[in-house]
Amino acid sequence: MNGFWGAARAIMGREFLRFIHQRERFIAALVRPMVWLLIFAAGFRAALGLSIIPPYQTYITYETYIVPGLCAMVLLFNGMQSSLSLVYDREMGSMRLLLTSPFPRWWLLFCRLLGSTAISILQVYTFLALAGFFGITMPPLGYVTVLPGLVLGGLMLGALGLVLSSFIKQLENFAGVMNFVIFPMFFLSSALYPLWKMAESSPLLRDICALNPFTHVVELIRFLLYLQINWIALLWVVIWTILLCAAAVWGYDPARGLMKRKT
Amino acid sequence: MPDTQTADETKQGLTVCDLSFRYGSKTALDAISFEVAPGRFCALLGPNGAGKSTLVALLTHLLVAPEGDIRIAGHDLRQHPRRALADLGVVFQQPTLDLSLTVRQNMAYFAALHGLPRRQTQARIDAALDRLGMGERAGEKVRALNGGHRRRMELARALLHEPKVLLLDEPTVGLDAAARQSITDHVHDLANQGLCVLWATHLTDEVRDADQMLVLHRGQILATGQTGDLRGDRTLSDWFLTQTEVPT
Repeated sequence: MNGFWGAARAIMGREFLRFIHQRERFIAALVRPMVWLLIFAAGFRAALGLSIIPPYQTYITYETYIVPGLCAMVLLFNGMQSSLSLVYDREMGSMRLLLTSPFPRWWLLFCRLLGSTAISILQVYTFLALAGFFGITMPPLGYVTVLPGLVLGGLMLGALGLVLSSFIKQLENFAGVMNFVIFPMFFLSSALYPLWKMAESSPLLRDICALNPFTHVVELIRFLLYLQINWIALLWVVIWTILLCAAAVWGYDPARGLMKRKT
Repeated sequence: MPDTQTADETKQGLTVCDLSFRYGSKTALDAISFEVAPGRFCALLGPNGAGKSTLVALLTHLLVAPEGDIRIAGHDLRQHPRRALADLGVVFQQPTLDLSLTVRQNMAYFAALHGLPRRQTQARIDAALDRLGMGERAGEKVRALNGGHRRRMELARALLHEPKVLLLDEPTVGLDAAARQSITDHVHDLANQGLCVLWATHLTDEVRDADQMLVLHRGQILATGQTGDLRGDRTLSDWFLTQTEVPT
Protein backbone atom coordinates (compact mmCIF):
# COMPACT_ATOMS: atom_id res chain seq x y z
CA MET A 1 0.00 0.00 0.00
CA ASN A 2 2.97 2.30 0.62
CA GLY A 3 3.67 2.25 -3.10
CA PHE A 4 0.10 3.36 -3.81
CA TRP A 5 0.38 6.32 -1.45
CA GLY A 6 3.82 7.14 -2.78
CA ALA A 7 2.44 7.31 -6.30
CA ALA A 8 -0.50 9.40 -5.08
CA ARG A 9 1.85 11.82 -3.32
CA ALA A 10 4.02 12.11 -6.42
CA ILE A 11 1.13 12.72 -8.82
CA MET A 12 -0.54 15.26 -6.56
CA GLY A 13 2.80 16.88 -5.75
CA ARG A 14 3.52 17.29 -9.44
CA GLU A 15 0.13 18.94 -9.95
CA PHE A 16 0.95 21.40 -7.15
CA LEU A 17 4.42 22.12 -8.51
CA ARG A 18 2.93 22.75 -11.93
CA PHE A 19 0.31 25.03 -10.40
CA ILE A 20 2.95 26.99 -8.47
CA HIS A 21 4.99 27.42 -11.64
CA GLN A 22 1.95 28.86 -13.42
CA ARG A 23 1.28 32.02 -11.40
CA GLU A 24 -0.80 33.46 -14.23
CA ARG A 25 -3.19 30.52 -13.88
CA PHE A 26 -3.72 31.25 -10.20
CA ILE A 27 -4.27 34.95 -10.83
CA ALA A 28 -6.68 34.24 -13.70
CA ALA A 29 -8.56 31.78 -11.51
CA LEU A 30 -9.14 34.54 -8.97
CA VAL A 31 -9.68 37.46 -11.32
CA ARG A 32 -12.45 35.65 -13.20
CA PRO A 33 -14.90 35.20 -10.29
CA MET A 34 -13.92 38.57 -8.80
CA VAL A 35 -14.89 40.31 -12.04
CA TRP A 36 -18.27 38.57 -11.89
CA LEU A 37 -18.67 39.40 -8.22
CA LEU A 38 -17.62 43.04 -8.25
CA ILE A 39 -18.63 44.21 -11.73
CA PHE A 40 -21.30 41.93 -13.17
CA ALA A 41 -23.15 41.56 -9.86
CA ALA A 42 -23.04 45.31 -9.24
CA GLY A 43 -24.74 45.92 -12.58
CA PHE A 44 -27.30 43.18 -12.07
CA ARG A 45 -28.20 43.99 -8.49
CA ALA A 46 -30.82 46.52 -9.51
CA ALA A 47 -32.20 44.54 -12.44
CA LEU A 48 -32.68 41.24 -10.65
CA GLY A 49 -34.96 41.15 -7.63
CA LEU A 50 -34.57 38.12 -5.38
CA SER A 51 -37.17 36.66 -3.09
CA ILE A 52 -36.39 34.70 0.06
CA ILE A 53 -35.53 31.19 -1.02
CA PRO A 54 -33.87 28.35 0.89
CA PRO A 55 -31.29 28.24 2.34
CA TYR A 56 -31.57 31.98 2.96
CA GLN A 57 -33.66 33.22 5.90
CA THR A 58 -33.81 36.86 4.82
CA TYR A 59 -33.46 38.97 1.70
CA ILE A 60 -29.91 38.83 0.45
CA THR A 61 -27.92 40.95 -1.96
CA TYR A 62 -27.27 39.67 -5.43
CA GLU A 63 -23.54 39.51 -4.64
CA THR A 64 -24.29 37.12 -1.80
CA TYR A 65 -26.51 35.04 -4.06
CA ILE A 66 -23.89 34.45 -6.73
CA VAL A 67 -20.98 33.54 -4.41
CA PRO A 68 -21.81 29.77 -4.41
CA GLY A 69 -22.17 29.85 -8.20
CA LEU A 70 -18.81 31.54 -8.51
CA CYS A 71 -17.22 28.95 -6.19
CA ALA A 72 -18.59 26.28 -8.52
CA MET A 73 -17.31 28.29 -11.49
CA VAL A 74 -13.80 28.12 -10.03
CA LEU A 75 -14.20 24.33 -9.74
CA LEU A 76 -15.54 24.13 -13.31
CA PHE A 77 -12.76 26.18 -14.87
CA ASN A 78 -10.09 24.34 -12.92
CA GLY A 79 -11.56 21.00 -14.00
CA MET A 80 -11.35 22.18 -17.61
CA GLN A 81 -7.83 23.51 -17.02
CA SER A 82 -6.89 20.07 -15.76
CA SER A 83 -8.41 18.58 -18.89
CA LEU A 84 -6.36 20.99 -20.99
CA SER A 85 -3.16 20.03 -19.20
CA LEU A 86 -3.96 16.33 -19.74
CA VAL A 87 -4.31 16.95 -23.48
CA TYR A 88 -1.06 18.95 -23.34
CA ASP A 89 0.65 16.08 -21.49
CA ARG A 90 -0.53 13.68 -24.14
CA GLU A 91 0.75 15.85 -26.96
CA MET A 92 4.06 16.43 -25.16
CA GLY A 93 4.42 12.73 -24.35
CA SER A 94 4.51 12.92 -20.56
CA MET A 95 1.11 11.22 -20.34
CA ARG A 96 2.86 8.04 -21.52
CA LEU A 97 5.02 8.05 -18.43
CA LEU A 98 1.93 8.08 -16.24
CA LEU A 99 0.06 5.43 -18.21
CA THR A 100 2.99 2.99 -18.31
CA SER A 101 3.26 2.97 -14.53
CA PRO A 102 2.56 -0.49 -13.11
CA PHE A 103 -0.15 0.90 -10.83
CA PRO A 104 -3.77 0.39 -11.93
CA ARG A 105 -4.84 3.07 -14.35
CA TRP A 106 -7.95 3.94 -12.33
CA TRP A 107 -5.70 4.71 -9.36
CA LEU A 108 -3.40 6.93 -11.44
CA LEU A 109 -6.37 8.84 -12.83
CA PHE A 110 -7.96 9.14 -9.40
CA CYS A 111 -4.73 10.58 -7.95
CA ARG A 112 -4.60 13.08 -10.77
CA LEU A 113 -8.22 13.94 -10.05
CA LEU A 114 -7.50 14.41 -6.34
CA GLY A 115 -4.57 16.69 -7.12
CA SER A 116 -6.66 18.84 -9.42
CA THR A 117 -9.49 18.97 -6.86
CA ALA A 118 -7.13 20.04 -4.08
CA ILE A 119 -5.88 22.90 -6.26
CA SER A 120 -9.47 23.88 -7.05
CA ILE A 121 -10.34 24.03 -3.36
CA LEU A 122 -7.31 26.18 -2.62
CA GLN A 123 -8.52 28.60 -5.27
CA VAL A 124 -12.10 28.60 -3.93
CA TYR A 125 -10.97 29.45 -0.39
CA THR A 126 -8.76 32.23 -1.71
CA PHE A 127 -11.77 33.56 -3.63
CA LEU A 128 -13.98 33.35 -0.51
CA ALA A 129 -11.32 35.23 1.45
CA LEU A 130 -11.21 37.96 -1.21
CA ALA A 131 -15.02 38.14 -1.26
CA GLY A 132 -14.95 38.50 2.52
CA PHE A 133 -12.45 41.32 2.16
CA PHE A 134 -15.05 43.13 0.04
CA GLY A 135 -17.71 42.55 2.70
CA ILE A 136 -19.45 39.53 1.19
CA THR A 137 -19.34 37.00 3.97
CA MET A 138 -21.00 33.69 4.86
CA PRO A 139 -21.76 32.21 8.29
CA PRO A 140 -18.32 31.48 9.85
CA LEU A 141 -18.99 27.75 10.26
CA GLY A 142 -20.17 27.63 6.63
CA TYR A 143 -16.57 27.97 5.48
CA VAL A 144 -15.92 24.60 7.15
CA THR A 145 -19.14 22.78 6.29
CA VAL A 146 -18.79 23.67 2.61
CA LEU A 147 -15.56 21.68 2.31
CA PRO A 148 -17.15 18.25 1.58
CA GLY A 149 -19.31 19.91 -1.10
CA LEU A 150 -16.25 21.48 -2.67
CA VAL A 151 -14.46 18.12 -2.66
CA LEU A 152 -17.40 16.36 -4.25
CA GLY A 153 -18.05 19.12 -6.78
CA GLY A 154 -14.33 19.30 -7.60
CA LEU A 155 -14.20 15.55 -8.15
CA MET A 156 -17.28 15.64 -10.39
CA LEU A 157 -16.07 18.50 -12.55
CA GLY A 158 -12.50 17.14 -12.58
CA ALA A 159 -13.86 13.79 -13.76
CA LEU A 160 -15.76 15.63 -16.49
CA GLY A 161 -12.43 17.15 -17.50
CA LEU A 162 -10.86 13.68 -17.61
CA VAL A 163 -13.65 12.38 -19.83
CA LEU A 164 -13.31 15.36 -22.17
CA SER A 165 -9.55 14.95 -22.36
CA SER A 166 -10.01 11.38 -23.55
CA PHE A 167 -12.25 12.69 -26.35
CA ILE A 168 -10.21 15.71 -27.42
CA LYS A 169 -7.61 14.79 -29.98
CA GLN A 170 -5.61 18.02 -30.10
CA LEU A 171 -5.06 21.14 -28.06
CA GLU A 172 -6.56 23.18 -30.88
CA ASN A 173 -9.93 21.51 -30.28
CA PHE A 174 -10.06 22.86 -26.77
CA ALA A 175 -11.80 26.06 -27.81
CA GLY A 176 -14.82 23.87 -28.63
CA VAL A 177 -14.92 22.75 -25.01
CA MET A 178 -15.32 26.36 -23.94
CA ASN A 179 -18.21 26.93 -26.33
CA PHE A 180 -20.01 23.64 -25.95
CA VAL A 181 -19.32 22.63 -22.36
CA ILE A 182 -18.23 25.42 -20.02
CA PHE A 183 -20.53 28.24 -21.16
CA PRO A 184 -23.75 26.14 -21.47
CA MET A 185 -23.04 24.43 -18.14
CA PHE A 186 -22.48 27.73 -16.39
CA PHE A 187 -25.29 29.78 -17.91
CA LEU A 188 -27.86 26.96 -17.84
CA SER A 189 -27.58 26.66 -14.09
CA SER A 190 -28.62 28.37 -10.89
CA ALA A 191 -25.22 30.03 -10.57
CA LEU A 192 -26.36 33.48 -11.69
CA TYR A 193 -30.13 33.38 -11.21
CA PRO A 194 -32.51 31.17 -9.23
CA LEU A 195 -34.48 28.58 -11.15
CA TRP A 196 -37.85 30.20 -10.36
CA LYS A 197 -36.57 33.35 -12.08
CA MET A 198 -35.59 31.31 -15.12
CA ALA A 199 -39.06 29.66 -15.18
CA GLU A 200 -40.65 33.09 -15.54
CA SER A 201 -39.04 33.49 -18.95
CA SER A 202 -38.93 29.86 -20.11
CA PRO A 203 -40.17 26.73 -18.31
CA LEU A 204 -38.14 24.63 -20.76
CA LEU A 205 -34.93 26.43 -19.87
CA ARG A 206 -35.78 26.00 -16.22
CA ASP A 207 -36.13 22.24 -16.73
CA ILE A 208 -32.82 22.09 -18.56
CA CYS A 209 -31.18 24.01 -15.72
CA ALA A 210 -32.70 21.59 -13.20
CA LEU A 211 -31.18 18.64 -15.08
CA ASN A 212 -27.76 20.27 -15.41
CA PRO A 213 -25.43 18.59 -12.88
CA PHE A 214 -23.58 21.89 -12.46
CA THR A 215 -26.77 23.39 -10.98
CA HIS A 216 -26.64 20.72 -8.28
CA VAL A 217 -22.99 21.44 -7.52
CA VAL A 218 -23.97 25.10 -7.07
CA GLU A 219 -26.91 24.23 -4.82
CA LEU A 220 -24.90 21.75 -2.79
CA ILE A 221 -22.31 24.47 -2.12
CA ARG A 222 -25.00 27.11 -1.46
CA PHE A 223 -26.75 25.01 1.20
CA LEU A 224 -23.53 23.83 2.85
CA LEU A 225 -22.31 27.41 3.11
CA TYR A 226 -25.43 28.03 5.22
CA LEU A 227 -24.97 24.86 7.29
CA GLN A 228 -27.72 22.93 5.52
CA ILE A 229 -27.77 19.93 3.22
CA ASN A 230 -29.66 19.82 -0.06
CA TRP A 231 -30.16 16.06 -0.28
CA ILE A 232 -31.35 16.05 -3.87
CA ALA A 233 -28.32 18.05 -4.99
CA LEU A 234 -26.05 15.75 -2.99
CA LEU A 235 -27.54 12.63 -4.55
CA TRP A 236 -27.38 14.13 -8.03
CA VAL A 237 -23.72 15.13 -7.62
CA VAL A 238 -22.74 11.74 -6.18
CA ILE A 239 -24.41 9.93 -9.09
CA TRP A 240 -22.75 12.16 -11.67
CA THR A 241 -19.35 11.83 -9.96
CA ILE A 242 -19.58 8.05 -10.12
CA LEU A 243 -20.79 8.07 -13.74
CA LEU A 244 -18.09 10.49 -14.90
CA CYS A 245 -15.32 8.64 -13.03
CA ALA A 246 -16.44 5.40 -14.68
CA ALA A 247 -16.53 7.11 -18.09
CA ALA A 248 -13.01 8.50 -17.51
CA VAL A 249 -11.65 5.05 -16.64
CA TRP A 250 -13.36 3.69 -19.75
CA GLY A 251 -11.99 6.50 -21.88
CA TYR A 252 -8.43 5.77 -20.74
CA ASP A 253 -8.75 1.98 -20.98
CA PRO A 254 -6.20 0.86 -23.58
CA ALA A 255 -8.38 -2.00 -24.79
CA ARG A 256 -11.76 -0.35 -25.06
CA GLY A 257 -11.44 3.35 -24.67
CA LEU A 258 -10.82 6.29 -26.88
CA MET A 259 -7.06 6.28 -26.30
CA LYS A 260 -6.98 3.56 -28.94
CA ARG A 261 -7.24 6.21 -31.61
CA LYS A 262 -4.38 8.40 -30.60
CA THR A 263 -1.50 6.99 -28.54
CA MET B 1 18.92 -29.79 -20.11
CA PRO B 2 20.73 -27.09 -22.06
CA ASP B 3 17.68 -26.63 -24.30
CA THR B 4 15.41 -26.28 -21.28
CA GLN B 5 17.75 -23.74 -19.74
CA THR B 6 17.74 -21.70 -22.93
CA ALA B 7 13.96 -21.74 -23.09
CA ASP B 8 13.72 -20.64 -19.45
CA GLU B 9 16.20 -17.85 -20.05
CA THR B 10 14.25 -16.62 -23.04
CA LYS B 11 11.12 -16.50 -20.92
CA GLN B 12 12.88 -13.95 -18.71
CA GLY B 13 13.32 -11.72 -21.74
CA LEU B 14 10.70 -10.56 -24.21
CA THR B 15 8.36 -12.87 -26.09
CA VAL B 16 5.81 -11.78 -28.68
CA CYS B 17 3.50 -14.36 -30.20
CA ASP B 18 1.06 -13.92 -33.12
CA LEU B 19 0.51 -10.26 -32.35
CA SER B 20 -1.87 -8.41 -34.64
CA PHE B 21 -3.34 -4.93 -34.49
CA ARG B 22 -5.62 -2.89 -36.72
CA TYR B 23 -6.64 0.75 -36.82
CA GLY B 24 -10.13 0.32 -38.20
CA SER B 25 -9.68 -1.52 -41.49
CA LYS B 26 -5.95 -0.77 -41.74
CA THR B 27 -3.66 -3.54 -40.52
CA ALA B 28 -0.75 -2.12 -38.55
CA LEU B 29 0.72 -5.44 -37.36
CA ASP B 30 -0.03 -8.81 -38.88
CA ALA B 31 0.60 -11.86 -36.67
CA ILE B 32 4.18 -11.04 -35.73
CA SER B 33 6.18 -13.30 -33.42
CA PHE B 34 9.69 -12.99 -32.00
CA GLU B 35 11.76 -13.55 -28.89
CA VAL B 36 14.58 -11.60 -27.33
CA ALA B 37 16.61 -13.36 -24.64
CA PRO B 38 18.24 -11.66 -21.63
CA GLY B 39 21.69 -10.35 -22.49
CA ARG B 40 20.73 -9.71 -26.12
CA PHE B 41 20.58 -6.41 -27.97
CA CYS B 42 17.85 -6.74 -30.56
CA ALA B 43 17.52 -4.04 -33.19
CA LEU B 44 14.00 -3.58 -34.48
CA LEU B 45 14.70 -2.09 -37.87
CA GLY B 46 11.99 -0.72 -40.06
CA PRO B 47 11.24 2.24 -42.31
CA ASN B 48 8.77 4.90 -41.27
CA GLY B 49 5.25 3.48 -41.12
CA ALA B 50 6.46 -0.10 -40.69
CA GLY B 51 4.51 -0.54 -37.45
CA LYS B 52 7.32 0.09 -34.94
CA SER B 53 5.45 2.73 -32.97
CA THR B 54 2.34 0.52 -32.81
CA LEU B 55 4.47 -2.35 -31.55
CA VAL B 56 6.01 -0.09 -28.90
CA ALA B 57 2.54 1.09 -27.83
CA LEU B 58 1.43 -2.53 -27.50
CA LEU B 59 4.54 -3.56 -25.56
CA THR B 60 4.03 -0.68 -23.13
CA HIS B 61 0.31 -1.40 -22.69
CA LEU B 62 -0.73 1.95 -24.13
CA LEU B 63 -2.66 -0.17 -26.60
CA VAL B 64 -4.03 -3.67 -26.14
CA ALA B 65 -4.10 -6.07 -29.05
CA PRO B 66 -7.21 -8.17 -29.54
CA GLU B 67 -5.03 -11.01 -30.86
CA GLY B 68 -1.66 -12.34 -29.76
CA ASP B 69 0.39 -12.50 -26.58
CA ILE B 70 3.21 -10.49 -25.07
CA ARG B 71 5.37 -11.77 -22.22
CA ILE B 72 7.76 -9.44 -20.44
CA ALA B 73 10.26 -11.15 -18.14
CA GLY B 74 7.91 -14.11 -18.00
CA HIS B 75 4.80 -12.09 -17.17
CA ASP B 76 1.83 -12.13 -19.53
CA LEU B 77 1.08 -8.47 -20.26
CA ARG B 78 -2.63 -9.15 -20.70
CA GLN B 79 -3.05 -11.23 -17.55
CA HIS B 80 -0.57 -9.45 -15.28
CA PRO B 81 0.06 -5.96 -16.65
CA ARG B 82 1.36 -4.61 -13.34
CA ARG B 83 4.03 -7.28 -12.97
CA ALA B 84 4.99 -7.01 -16.63
CA LEU B 85 5.25 -3.19 -16.58
CA ALA B 86 7.26 -3.32 -13.35
CA ASP B 87 9.95 -5.25 -15.23
CA LEU B 88 9.93 -3.00 -18.28
CA GLY B 89 12.03 0.12 -18.79
CA VAL B 90 11.04 2.40 -21.65
CA VAL B 91 12.62 5.30 -23.51
CA PHE B 92 9.98 6.72 -25.82
CA GLN B 93 10.75 8.39 -29.12
CA GLN B 94 8.97 11.51 -27.92
CA PRO B 95 10.56 13.04 -24.79
CA THR B 96 8.51 12.44 -21.66
CA LEU B 97 10.19 14.93 -19.35
CA ASP B 98 8.69 17.74 -17.32
CA LEU B 99 10.85 20.65 -18.42
CA SER B 100 9.92 22.83 -15.47
CA LEU B 101 11.22 20.29 -12.92
CA THR B 102 14.81 19.46 -12.07
CA VAL B 103 16.49 16.25 -13.19
CA ARG B 104 16.17 14.84 -9.66
CA GLN B 105 12.49 15.81 -9.38
CA ASN B 106 11.74 14.11 -12.70
CA MET B 107 13.55 10.98 -11.55
CA ALA B 108 11.81 11.00 -8.16
CA TYR B 109 8.41 11.33 -9.86
CA PHE B 110 9.17 8.30 -12.01
CA ALA B 111 10.44 6.34 -8.99
CA ALA B 112 7.16 6.99 -7.17
CA LEU B 113 5.16 5.96 -10.23
CA HIS B 114 7.00 2.64 -10.05
CA GLY B 115 6.40 2.22 -6.33
CA LEU B 116 10.06 2.48 -5.25
CA PRO B 117 10.40 3.04 -1.49
CA ARG B 118 11.26 6.67 -0.68
CA ARG B 119 14.29 5.75 1.43
CA GLN B 120 15.86 3.99 -1.57
CA THR B 121 14.93 6.58 -4.16
CA GLN B 122 17.68 9.16 -3.65
CA ALA B 123 20.46 6.56 -3.60
CA ARG B 124 19.10 4.94 -6.74
CA ILE B 125 18.76 8.27 -8.52
CA ASP B 126 22.36 9.17 -7.68
CA ALA B 127 23.62 5.79 -8.86
CA ALA B 128 21.59 5.89 -12.10
CA LEU B 129 22.74 9.43 -12.93
CA ASP B 130 26.37 8.69 -12.07
CA ARG B 131 26.38 5.68 -14.41
CA LEU B 132 25.50 8.00 -17.27
CA GLY B 133 27.78 10.84 -16.18
CA MET B 134 24.82 13.00 -15.20
CA GLY B 135 25.42 13.19 -11.44
CA GLU B 136 26.45 16.85 -11.48
CA ARG B 137 23.29 17.86 -13.29
CA ALA B 138 20.83 16.40 -10.77
CA GLY B 139 19.81 19.83 -9.50
CA GLU B 140 19.44 21.48 -12.92
CA LYS B 141 16.10 22.19 -14.54
CA VAL B 142 15.55 19.84 -17.48
CA ARG B 143 14.80 22.87 -19.65
CA ALA B 144 18.47 23.87 -19.30
CA LEU B 145 19.80 20.52 -20.60
CA ASN B 146 20.79 19.91 -24.22
CA GLY B 147 19.17 17.14 -26.27
CA GLY B 148 21.92 14.59 -25.55
CA HIS B 149 21.76 15.12 -21.81
CA ARG B 150 17.97 14.92 -21.81
CA ARG B 151 18.18 11.57 -23.59
CA ARG B 152 20.79 10.28 -21.19
CA MET B 153 18.58 11.36 -18.34
CA GLU B 154 15.62 9.49 -19.84
CA LEU B 155 17.80 6.41 -20.16
CA ALA B 156 18.96 6.74 -16.53
CA ARG B 157 15.33 7.10 -15.51
CA ALA B 158 14.24 4.02 -17.47
CA LEU B 159 16.81 1.98 -15.53
CA LEU B 160 15.92 3.37 -12.11
CA HIS B 161 13.62 0.49 -11.16
CA GLU B 162 16.12 -2.10 -12.44
CA PRO B 163 13.97 -3.53 -15.23
CA LYS B 164 14.73 -6.86 -16.89
CA VAL B 165 13.63 -5.67 -20.32
CA LEU B 166 14.59 -2.30 -21.82
CA LEU B 167 12.63 -0.90 -24.73
CA LEU B 168 13.89 2.11 -26.67
CA ASP B 169 11.93 3.69 -29.49
CA GLU B 170 14.26 5.60 -31.82
CA PRO B 171 16.10 7.03 -28.82
CA THR B 172 18.76 8.87 -30.82
CA VAL B 173 16.48 10.90 -33.08
CA GLY B 174 17.63 14.53 -33.20
CA LEU B 175 20.97 13.91 -31.44
CA ASP B 176 24.43 14.74 -32.78
CA ALA B 177 26.84 11.97 -33.77
CA ALA B 178 28.76 11.96 -30.47
CA ALA B 179 25.61 11.74 -28.35
CA ARG B 180 24.21 8.99 -30.57
CA GLN B 181 27.41 6.98 -30.29
CA SER B 182 27.55 7.42 -26.53
CA ILE B 183 23.99 6.24 -25.98
CA THR B 184 24.26 3.36 -28.44
CA ASP B 185 27.49 2.14 -26.78
CA HIS B 186 26.01 2.40 -23.30
CA VAL B 187 22.94 0.36 -24.19
CA HIS B 188 25.09 -2.29 -25.86
CA ASP B 189 27.07 -2.48 -22.60
CA LEU B 190 23.83 -2.91 -20.67
CA ALA B 191 22.86 -5.82 -22.92
CA ASN B 192 26.30 -7.38 -22.36
CA GLN B 193 25.64 -7.15 -18.63
CA GLY B 194 22.48 -9.25 -19.00
CA LEU B 195 19.68 -6.83 -19.85
CA CYS B 196 17.22 -7.75 -22.60
CA VAL B 197 17.16 -4.80 -25.02
CA LEU B 198 14.77 -4.02 -27.87
CA TRP B 199 16.00 -0.97 -29.81
CA ALA B 200 13.59 0.31 -32.46
CA THR B 201 15.29 2.37 -35.14
CA HIS B 202 15.51 3.12 -38.83
CA LEU B 203 19.20 4.06 -38.62
CA THR B 204 21.35 1.14 -39.71
CA ASP B 205 24.62 2.54 -38.28
CA GLU B 206 23.31 1.93 -34.75
CA VAL B 207 23.22 -1.84 -35.31
CA ARG B 208 26.26 -4.12 -34.83
CA ASP B 209 26.95 -7.43 -36.51
CA ALA B 210 26.61 -9.37 -33.26
CA ASP B 211 23.18 -7.88 -32.57
CA GLN B 212 19.97 -9.78 -33.08
CA MET B 213 17.87 -8.03 -35.72
CA LEU B 214 14.21 -7.94 -36.68
CA VAL B 215 13.18 -6.21 -39.87
CA LEU B 216 9.62 -4.94 -39.70
CA HIS B 217 7.95 -3.78 -42.87
CA ARG B 218 4.29 -3.05 -43.50
CA GLY B 219 3.31 -4.74 -40.26
CA GLN B 220 5.13 -7.97 -40.94
CA ILE B 221 8.53 -9.36 -40.00
CA LEU B 222 10.57 -9.59 -43.17
CA ALA B 223 13.70 -11.03 -41.67
CA THR B 224 15.09 -12.09 -38.31
CA GLY B 225 18.48 -13.35 -37.19
CA GLN B 226 21.97 -12.17 -36.34
CA THR B 227 22.79 -8.96 -38.19
CA GLY B 228 26.15 -10.13 -39.58
CA ASP B 229 24.60 -13.32 -40.95
CA LEU B 230 21.69 -11.48 -42.54
CA ARG B 231 23.65 -8.77 -44.31
CA GLY B 232 26.41 -11.10 -45.57
CA ASP B 233 29.07 -9.11 -47.40
CA ARG B 234 26.82 -6.13 -48.13
CA THR B 235 26.52 -3.06 -45.99
CA LEU B 236 23.56 -3.20 -43.65
CA SER B 237 22.20 -0.07 -45.25
CA ASP B 238 22.20 -1.63 -48.75
CA TRP B 239 20.78 -4.90 -47.50
CA PHE B 240 18.02 -3.09 -45.56
CA LEU B 241 17.07 -0.92 -48.56
CA THR B 242 16.81 -4.00 -50.76
CA GLN B 243 14.60 -5.72 -48.23
CA THR B 244 12.24 -2.82 -47.81
CA GLU B 245 12.22 -1.21 -51.25
CA VAL B 246 8.80 -0.61 -52.74
CA PRO B 247 8.34 -2.27 -56.16
CA THR B 248 7.74 0.33 -58.92
